[in-house]
Amino acid sequence: MADPLLEVRNLKVSFRTEDGTVQAVDGVSLTLAEGETLGIVGESGSGKSVTMMSVMRLITDPNARFEGQVLYKGRDLMALTQEQIRGIRGAGIAMIFQDPMTSLNPVYRVGWQIAEQIQAHDKVSKQAAHARTIDLLKSVGIPHASERVDDYPHQFSGGMRQRVMIAMALSCNPDIVIADEPTTALDVTIQAQILGLIRKLRDDFGTAVVLITHDMGVVAEMADRVAVMYAGRIVEEGSRRDVFYRPQHPYTWGLLGSIARLDRPKPRRLATIPGLPPSLVNLPPGCAFGPRCAYRFPACAQTPPLTDKLGNGHLDACLLDPQAKKDARAGATPPELVEDAT
Amino acid sequence: MLTFIVRRLLWTVLVMFVISAFVFVLFFKTPGIDPARAIAGRNPSPQILAEIRHQFGLDEPFPVQYALMMKDLFITRDLVSYSNQGVKVVPEIFAAAPATLSLVFGAAVIWVVMSMALGIAAALLRGTIVDPLLMILALIGISMPVFWVGEVANLITQSRFHDTFLFSWVPPLGYTSFTQSPVGWFKGLLIPWITLSILYIGLYARVLRANIIETEGEDYVRTARAKGLTERRVLLRHTLRGSMISYVSLFGLDFGALVAAGALLTEVVFAIHGVGFLFFQSLGNLDLPTIMAIVVYGAFFIVLANVIVDIAYAWLDPRVRLT
Amino acid sequence: MTADPDGDVLLRVEHVRKHFPIRKGILLQREVARVHAVDDVSFELRAGETLGLVGESGCGKSTLARCIARLYDLTSGSVIFDGRDISKLSRRALRPIRGGLQMVFQDPYASLNPRKRVGTIISDPLRIHKQGNRSEIKRQVRRLLEVVGLSPEHVNRYPHEFSGGQRQRIGVARALALNPKLIIADEPVSALDVSIRAQVINLLDDLQDELSLTYIFIAHDLGVVRHVSDRIAVMYLGKIVEVSPAEELYRRPVHPYTEALLSAVPIPDPDLSEQREHIVLEGDVPSPIAPPPGCRFHPRCRYATEICSREEPPLVEHGPDHLAACHHPLSFTRATAAGGQATAAAGPPPEDQV
Repeated sequence: MADPLLEVRNLKVSFRTEDGTVQAVDGVSLTLAEGETLGIVGESGSGKSVTMMSVMRLITDPNARFEGQVLYKGRDLMALTQEQIRGIRGAGIAMIFQDPMTSLNPVYRVGWQIAEQIQAHDKVSKQAAHARTIDLLKSVGIPHASERVDDYPHQFSGGMRQRVMIAMALSCNPDIVIADEPTTALDVTIQAQILGLIRKLRDDFGTAVVLITHDMGVVAEMADRVAVMYAGRIVEEGSRRDVFYRPQHPYTWGLLGSIARLDRPKPRRLATIPGLPPSLVNLPPGCAFGPRCAYRFPACAQTPPLTDKLGNGHLDACLLDPQAKKDARAGATPPELVEDAT
Repeated sequence: MLTFIVRRLLWTVLVMFVISAFVFVLFFKTPGIDPARAIAGRNPSPQILAEIRHQFGLDEPFPVQYALMMKDLFITRDLVSYSNQGVKVVPEIFAAAPATLSLVFGAAVIWVVMSMALGIAAALLRGTIVDPLLMILALIGISMPVFWVGEVANLITQSRFHDTFLFSWVPPLGYTSFTQSPVGWFKGLLIPWITLSILYIGLYARVLRANIIETEGEDYVRTARAKGLTERRVLLRHTLRGSMISYVSLFGLDFGALVAAGALLTEVVFAIHGVGFLFFQSLGNLDLPTIMAIVVYGAFFIVLANVIVDIAYAWLDPRVRLT
Repeated sequence: MTADPDGDVLLRVEHVRKHFPIRKGILLQREVARVHAVDDVSFELRAGETLGLVGESGCGKSTLARCIARLYDLTSGSVIFDGRDISKLSRRALRPIRGGLQMVFQDPYASLNPRKRVGTIISDPLRIHKQGNRSEIKRQVRRLLEVVGLSPEHVNRYPHEFSGGQRQRIGVARALALNPKLIIADEPVSALDVSIRAQVINLLDDLQDELSLTYIFIAHDLGVVRHVSDRIAVMYLGKIVEVSPAEELYRRPVHPYTEALLSAVPIPDPDLSEQREHIVLEGDVPSPIAPPPGCRFHPRCRYATEICSREEPPLVEHGPDHLAACHHPLSFTRATAAGGQATAAAGPPPEDQV
């Protein structure tokens, strides 16, 4: 088996604040193979964005503390110098952000911003960079690319702006593209366009993609493997079919159960996860999801490790034994909740 | 963009009219001020007063007086001073302008360079002790009144330490025009430049630091870094560019105000006979035409500065051009 | 969320239009164009029912909501609430009616005044309308906090001390203060985390039963809208293109835009995702300043023909209570991409080993 393209080993990120130390990422390990799409799902405060921003070393908060390793093609990114990591950003690993309106500099033309990235990594002439920029805009489906290359970001619609960001991210043929909630700010039909575009480009260029989102539907459509995060830890990780059809962690059950889905009959009431996500300041030991879990038992007072209990690459951080999980899952959506509303 | 500029310039004319009318009313209709009496000197007889009134058109109806003064000011440019007999006001102002402009331009160069250096340093070194130290320094600069700083500077450079090697080159107080002697011009203005700029260095360093810190948190700066640009490029092309918009706006307004005789305290302390100095004198003498003329001149520059700042803002931020 | 079929009509919206003028000029600002935010919308709302309003950005749903709540003046048309035409009433005349018609807003972080305590936010409507003395109002506030599932002890806290979901509950409590008949909820859960959304939706559901409320529920999340609504209206570029009972819209959409909208929603089921047909609309939503002639959807519609660019299709009935405005309505017998979803899976796929 080939070495993974990206390997995060026990990454921990904490922030010193007035209220104490916030442990935003608490021992996250994951791998990404070449050409693979990894979906990272979680809600706000789960640590999914901080994890990937740390991979790129984009966190500039002076109060941040990092531990652990991030291996990209065998090199530990956390140990590189500023100049070395700068060379990898945008060229080896590129990132797309959530809000394309604020993520593009409003005072520079779109073509200029893309060409800037190209020239930061490749020694090419201005004309060559400009020509490549126009090609990139065409490949992401922007009509009249040769005119629009001189437009400012505010002259584009939301979907078009996100295409520009994608073009910019791909401009130096990166091995990995990290997309942090790329479609959350977009309308659903535009989201379909952008997801389709990402799929097509991924297939054409063989780029590995890390897709961060809170939308389980998007993950089901796009990801090969899924990692579910909660309170700074990964609580479940596996192939997408495994995670969606055989979820092993009560948080995942809760997430899947609380979605109002179009493909199932309407439940009488939406299943909810009671309570709120925990504060990340001085998180007590034990399973972070414990306080909200209906299946909690005494052993949960020890922080459960993320392990592969079934031997098939499907990891989870829940101490219930597999049979108990199966029973619980069968009981999690009792028949009376599933009712045809008409 | 063009309609934007044209609309602004039309507003300029309107504003200037309003300001000049307001000043006119203020100075000429304030009870207790009788211009004729000021002109006439000591113990005038009623006949002399009447003659003066007629000569200066002070017995005309109010709007006519205004129109006459505006004509004298703008068209014929032969408005005469009340206190200095026969001296034409407009040429006097034009003669004093170069001194003011030299003072303000020089100070501006110093304050922009220094405030940017301090502001950037403080923002970059946030989290270390340098940042608060620089900001305290800036605060001290803002808190010291310019006339006090000027007088202290004079005390040091003109009298106490004048004979030492440090300050022996400092010429006596006053302004030497550039055409007369470039070196003398420079030597005579160096201390005033520094004095005037201290306040603004403090102000602008703080403003810039705050703007940089705010812009650093913007999403597009994060994108710039994620693109793999060098820290220097991120700072200069992205962070600073975003911070400069409000810096430039403020600068334009302050600069305009200074050119419009706002530097009068500095001019008086250093005996630089610029427009501010003239203004100070005419206020003391209640020389109304001169006061009036300087106010209109000043208003013009401030309004012009506002227009230029608006245009610069639209040029710097393409989103603004939509309106 | 069951509607009372014999309920009276609580709200009637007739041919409502809301246009925003765009002015240009050097000295005199002349109107050069208009944003046709809402362009001839009509519908009825029965007491006790929930009408879902879906559409994407620029469709006019939020503007329509604000017109109904009289936060905007109408350009033309009428809004008849509880038998009274409120479309042209002055601010003062509207005051006594405001209590009956309330709004809950989208952004829980922006819609609560950060400088006011929660108790004040909720009691303000009571005080403005002089509903009781100080102690009575206090009691009401505490009761309202309990009703929305918050602890009455928190009455003196500031909004920033609460989470997003809790803030949204505070917004709901404020909306309930004057015992409204109709609540317009403008994207009330869009800004919340997935696991919190369900809590707030269940709360609104319970309140509707307890207090006999009528809702207009605006959202862009089609799954949520289907869950809460009895009937759903789909808007596009200022017009209603389809209205139907909720389940029917998902099983048998008639308008091609509805079909595309449903097809675009990602389904949290990997196999189903792969199998179903993806209809991807080309291009962006056109600007409401210059809407396309004829049917506004025709430039992006894959079934469009010549008539669609000439004539605007009227809203006609295609089934009981099911209206749509299309020259080429999807027939009930044709299997649509969206229809495939609702009927294919009778339940979760059978599980393998574990």
